[in-house]
Amino acid sequence: MDLDTNLSQLWPLVWQSTYETLYIVAITLVLGGLLGLLLGLALYVTRRGGLYESRVANAVLNVFVNFFRPIPFVIFIAAVQPLARVVVGIGIGNRAIIFALTLAAAFGISRIVEQNLVTVDPGVIEAARSVGASRPRIIRTVLIPEALGPLILGYTFVFVALVDMSAIAGVIGGGGLGNFALQYGYRQFDTVVTWTAVLIIVALVQVVQLTGNTLARRVLRR
Amino acid sequence: MALLELRDVYKTFPAVRGGQAVEAVRGVDLTVEAGEIVGIVGYSGAGKSTLVRLINALESTTSGSVRVDGQEITTLRERELRQVRLGIGMIFQQFNLFSSRTAWGNIAYPLEVAGVPRQEQHQRVSDLLHFVGLADKAHSYPDQLSGGQKQRVGIARALATSPSLLLADESTSALDPETTEEVLALLRRVNRELGITIVVITHEMEVVRSLAHRVVVMEAGRVVEEGRVLDVLSEPQRPVTRRFVGTIVDDEPDAETLAALRERHPGRFVKLSFRGHDVRQSEVFGRLLRHDVRFELVYGGIEEVQGDTFGNLTLALDGAPAAVEAAIRDVQDLVPTKELG
Ligand SMILES: Nc1ncnc2c1ncn2[C@@H]1O[C@H](COP(=O)(O)OP(=O)(O)O)[C@@H](O)[C@H]1O
Ligand SMILES: [Mg+2]
Repeated sequence: MDLDTNLSQLWPLVWQSTYETLYIVAITLVLGGLLGLLLGLALYVTRRGGLYESRVANAVLNVFVNFFRPIPFVIFIAAVQPLARVVVGIGIGNRAIIFALTLAAAFGISRIVEQNLVTVDPGVIEAARSVGASRPRIIRTVLIPEALGPLILGYTFVFVALVDMSAIAGVIGGGGLGNFALQYGYRQFDTVVTWTAVLIIVALVQVVQLTGNTLARRVLRR
Repeated sequence: MALLELRDVYKTFPAVRGGQAVEAVRGVDLTVEAGEIVGIVGYSGAGKSTLVRLINALESTTSGSVRVDGQEITTLRERELRQVRLGIGMIFQQFNLFSSRTAWGNIAYPLEVAGVPRQEQHQRVSDLLHFVGLADKAHSYPDQLSGGQKQRVGIARALATSPSLLLADESTSALDPETTEEVLALLRRVNRELGITIVVITHEMEVVRSLAHRVVVMEAGRVVEEGRVLDVLSEPQRPVTRRFVGTIVDDEPDAETLAALRERHPGRFVKLSFRGHDVRQSEVFGRLLRHDVRFELVYGGIEEVQGDTFGNLTLALDGAPAAVEAAIRDVQDLVPTKELG
């Protein structure tokens, strides 16, 4: 194997790219996470027997989510580019990537949230209703706390998926470790550079997964 | 004025895709006086849970009137209903405790909802934990508590806002017999010491016998029989009621048992029925002893209901035919008797 490498000159770029990945994923996780939480809550509470049961709203939401969710991300980026220009003012670069990732993440997260909320015992919601709690209060003080453990694991899973998805950012001129590995490793036949990026991504994912597991365990007291 | 008044109440669940509409409650009239413990008994699917859920409006009433403390609640809006629910506690078969909150947090929840100041919350939760005997479990999570302890937390939570009415839906059905007795004893204290009216739903007649003052029997969404527990137990009218009573009261031996008993015990078989305090067993047996007969108790038992006793005893009376005949005649003035053939 040819281990001729430019790594030594590329270190500043490595750290810059690591920072970009973290920054893209973090902002996406917060914005997409919030949007996904709201969407997931809406999917859940409009179900049959839900706090805001509505067949129409539930059907509309389901069609909406099912329409966008299966679109492969690389195509999704291109598809929402015009929308990105309107909303964030630019169709390329990190801002556009964050915009596309946020939308895609929201759809994915909404299903994860919905699935975790479904596992909450309807009995505890009934108990909260029986003491006169309002519906928004029940969502805030019962529903989310009761599902918190699995929700944390769900969001951890999403973080890892976002690191994966963000690697494609290069197609619209975004940065990050994925783009760095492709541009300076793969295209330059520099295996050491590629693997440096890979190892940093692996390390990052490990740290986040570990943190997520620990937090979830603490919440679940196991 | 009655604390609770239901008039011609109906609840129909609309059909879901492909299914049929379910008439869970059909024209129920029910009155509960303040301070009473009323037991609602019936088989699974009779509509008991639906009926209590109409009382605190967890389900909306299809038609009819539900009055709580004089206030018609079927026409109230969600916001006003929340106020009504603060005055009605509810406990559940599966306890339904918040797993993310400690015993303390569970009991404090209704107080947070009611907007009670922190300091007062603290005092109230502490009092309630003592009342239900769980002061040492304040900081335990539900999954660290036994079934009986969970239900005691459930009771404390239901009592937090000092309701005048407590609804108990199969509150002991998930518990073993010993724990059931503990929880029933606690509910009796809730009624006696705090003066709280209780509506208990159950499919166990034993719970009604040991706890309730009055019993309501439900079948297929209707009330088919009701009355004082002692009256219903001693003279059940409807087949469904008789089956329930039969689960705790030995009436008389069935044909097979009777045949087996006859092989071992000579003489005539007579069933004596005791009701309330009117007749003392000692009097009846005293009379029998005046005659030259021997007798054995072969079947039956005596139950205790709200301080009254009742039950059926089957005796085998042996001796000279004339003496036995005279003995039976003699006790017939005291208690209802029935000769078993
Ligand atoms: N939310 C609901 N939707 C449709 N049918 C229901 C609902 N709740 C109860 N039922 C039906 O109403 C009937 C009475 O149920 P329930 O009140 O739970 O009886 P019980 O408590 O006496 O066992 C049953 O046939 C049950 O299937
Ligand atoms: Mg039931």
